[in-house]
Amino acid sequence: MATSLARHIETFRHGVHPADYKELTHDRQIERIPFMDELVLPLTQHLGSPSRPVVKVGDYVHRGQVIGEATGFVSSYLHASATGTITAIDLRNHPSGKVVDSIVLKPDPVSPQILHDERTIDWKTMSPKEIIDQVSWGGFVGLGGAAFPTHVKLTVPEGKKVRFFLVNAVECEPYLNSDYRALLERSDSIFLGVEILLKALGAEIAYIGVEMNKVDAIEQLRAAMPEHLPCEIVPLETKYPQGAEKMLTEAVLDIEIPSGRLPIDVQVIVNNVGTVSGIGDLFRYGQPLIERIVTVTGPGIRKPSNLLIPIGTRLTDVIAYCGGMTDNVKQVLFGGPMMGSAQRMLDVPIMKGTSGILFLTDYEVFPREEYPCIKCQRCVDACPVFLNPSRLGSLAKARLYDDMHEWHIMDCMECGSCSYVCPSNIPLVQRFRVAKVLLREQKARETAGGE
Amino acid sequence: MTRDEPRLLLTTSPFLKHREDTAYLMWQVNYALVPVLLAAIWFFGINALLIAVACIAGALLPEWLHNRSRSGRSTLRDGSGVITGALLALTLPPTTPLWMAFTGGFVAIALGKLIFGGIGSNVFNPALVGRAFLQAAFPSMLTTWAQPVPGSELLTVRGDLFAFPFLKPGIDAITQATPLSQMKFDGVVTNATDLLFGTTAGSLGETGSLIILICGLYLGLRRVLNWRIPISILATVGLIAAATHLIDPARFAPPMFHLFSGGLMLGAIFMATDPVSSPITQRGCWIFGVGIGALVMIIRLFGGLPEGVMYAILLMNATTPLINRTTQGRVYGTSWRAKRH
Repeated sequence: MATSLARHIETFRHGVHPADYKELTHDRQIERIPFMDELVLPLTQHLGSPSRPVVKVGDYVHRGQVIGEATGFVSSYLHASATGTITAIDLRNHPSGKVVDSIVLKPDPVSPQILHDERTIDWKTMSPKEIIDQVSWGGFVGLGGAAFPTHVKLTVPEGKKVRFFLVNAVECEPYLNSDYRALLERSDSIFLGVEILLKALGAEIAYIGVEMNKVDAIEQLRAAMPEHLPCEIVPLETKYPQGAEKMLTEAVLDIEIPSGRLPIDVQVIVNNVGTVSGIGDLFRYGQPLIERIVTVTGPGIRKPSNLLIPIGTRLTDVIAYCGGMTDNVKQVLFGGPMMGSAQRMLDVPIMKGTSGILFLTDYEVFPREEYPCIKCQRCVDACPVFLNPSRLGSLAKARLYDDMHEWHIMDCMECGSCSYVCPSNIPLVQRFRVAKVLLREQKARETAGGE
Repeated sequence: MTRDEPRLLLTTSPFLKHREDTAYLMWQVNYALVPVLLAAIWFFGINALLIAVACIAGALLPEWLHNRSRSGRSTLRDGSGVITGALLALTLPPTTPLWMAFTGGFVAIALGKLIFGGIGSNVFNPALVGRAFLQAAFPSMLTTWAQPVPGSELLTVRGDLFAFPFLKPGIDAITQATPLSQMKFDGVVTNATDLLFGTTAGSLGETGSLIILICGLYLGLRRVLNWRIPISILATVGLIAAATHLIDPARFAPPMFHLFSGGLMLGAIFMATDPVSSPITQRGCWIFGVGIGALVMIIRLFGGLPEGVMYAILLMNATTPLINRTTQGRVYGTSWRAKRH
């Protein structure tokens, strides 16, 4: 068990140590970006069913007002991130590469952009259920990148209980600093969020896991922590993919989550620190999830920054605000370099789950020839869930997907550690993704056929 | 899309790559072999260099032919063929005729690697396949050992290095039995200092165990080779030697003798650690190393041959697929126990 006195730095087994490249925006304070001419708010910014618009074209909406409502339990509310006029509700480019229904909002240039219905919410008199409903209304999703609706995660299933609340502040993706800056500049909101969520979950104690490349944040958090709060800061070794729920649970609590199960099965709930801080703000000012901290970085952007960006701001506007791109930009990523996604075009909006925007140049991006596997063991040593990527890779190449199932491909969480270390440049994780999709389809067909 | 928008490349994550690629790893091994070869030149003169060049040329020829016949990538530059040639040379006696060395290199790559499908697919260590072929084809030549002449007459060619193929080479160098043969057949134990510094008869890479050890240390620290394999081999050999020596000191040599004589160091550090033909799991590597160590000692102590490193490694190579299958560990979270609870 981790204690604040322990000199030993905790971590999980296996994993990789990429250079962290965080120095580009490490010391950049969070900077609020102005409201641009147009905001595009996709109705799909989270896992689950899309939100349903509750406004019409031509409506005048206020910053923080609900413009899309959740459709079902695993869905999310959507709010206007600026005061202005709805100019369109139609199909727009989405960072996933698809076109999806989006609400287009033109911010009112003369509006003071104050928050609609600003108020403190007295959570102390609320029941856990009421707190979670409030979070659901706030449109919160996991801000680490997965964008899973937070209220679903916080709703403890019947018969289960939560002992430990883990706050994920490891930010193990290279280049990104949005969580780090939040730790330094938003500690009040974070601790308020922790306190509220401890109550909502009925958990005993909270642990905030921070990697050792953020020592100043660890010290500052420890100094700023309210005395009465049952919360500990746990320093962790800098290692990827420590931000994965299973790895974080092992690193902080030394508990191995069983295969195919969730943290709740070992009485743990994990939330990203950005989400926790946002929930703090929700109860402080009544501010729903309408803006987020985004690290804009990489050698391909002229002014790397940590920005507070209204959800729906277009990427082109962010690029212009950051001084433009260099001429040799080759790839633009949403998220970090290990699990992020490459963008096909720049006409896409910043979403709730966009933790970073990374601009890579032709110096970092170049074709690498695939070579035969030399069984060097590096992937086996890297895989945090103890698979044999070398074996799985050769099975995938031979399209022996059923064999891959027997070699536990469904336990792969696609962290990319194997592809990262492979000296033969074999696109392992890409082949695994394909195999997993095909295996899921096959299973769905079998289930359908059996009925 | 606006006119001045850059062309963006669509690929999938991860976008970061570790910078060490396969060719880099192979060349690291080659660089580590340079001091070993220099030591061989010090002990055996220009012969060592000529034999190494012949072996490497023999190894690269089939690789080159293969590349030409199958359009596509060039595998010459990955350095793996050079490793095979250089390692084969280090297992040969210092008076091996050059045509034999060349043939050995050719067979090593052609039969040891290419027929299995090239790099990554071979079952056995190619250098040892070449060496086994030579031992079977030319047994007398492969057991003729010239005495080392440290540092003297470096440019003098000794033995009938330029013999015509298939003619019996004349031998004019002073020959001597290797420490292991002396032990096996005459019961003479060479002292440890001679073994350590290589002033004994033997193959080009058999002498100078100390240099091989240092080079292995470098590769182990750079994580180019898996240190578990040499450690388990050497520990097993040391333990068996210590136990037998305790039982009957007159009949069995002490551990230091077994550790530093013959091709053990070269085999344990440079050959058993070939990633392709050794197990992929860490537990498998321990088993693999212990197996090699045990086989080496069984052959050395009870077999008909004085030395058994080559056969020990080849035999354990054959068990690698089985070891891989049986030592594949549990998947994360498949037992309900946590790490330390």
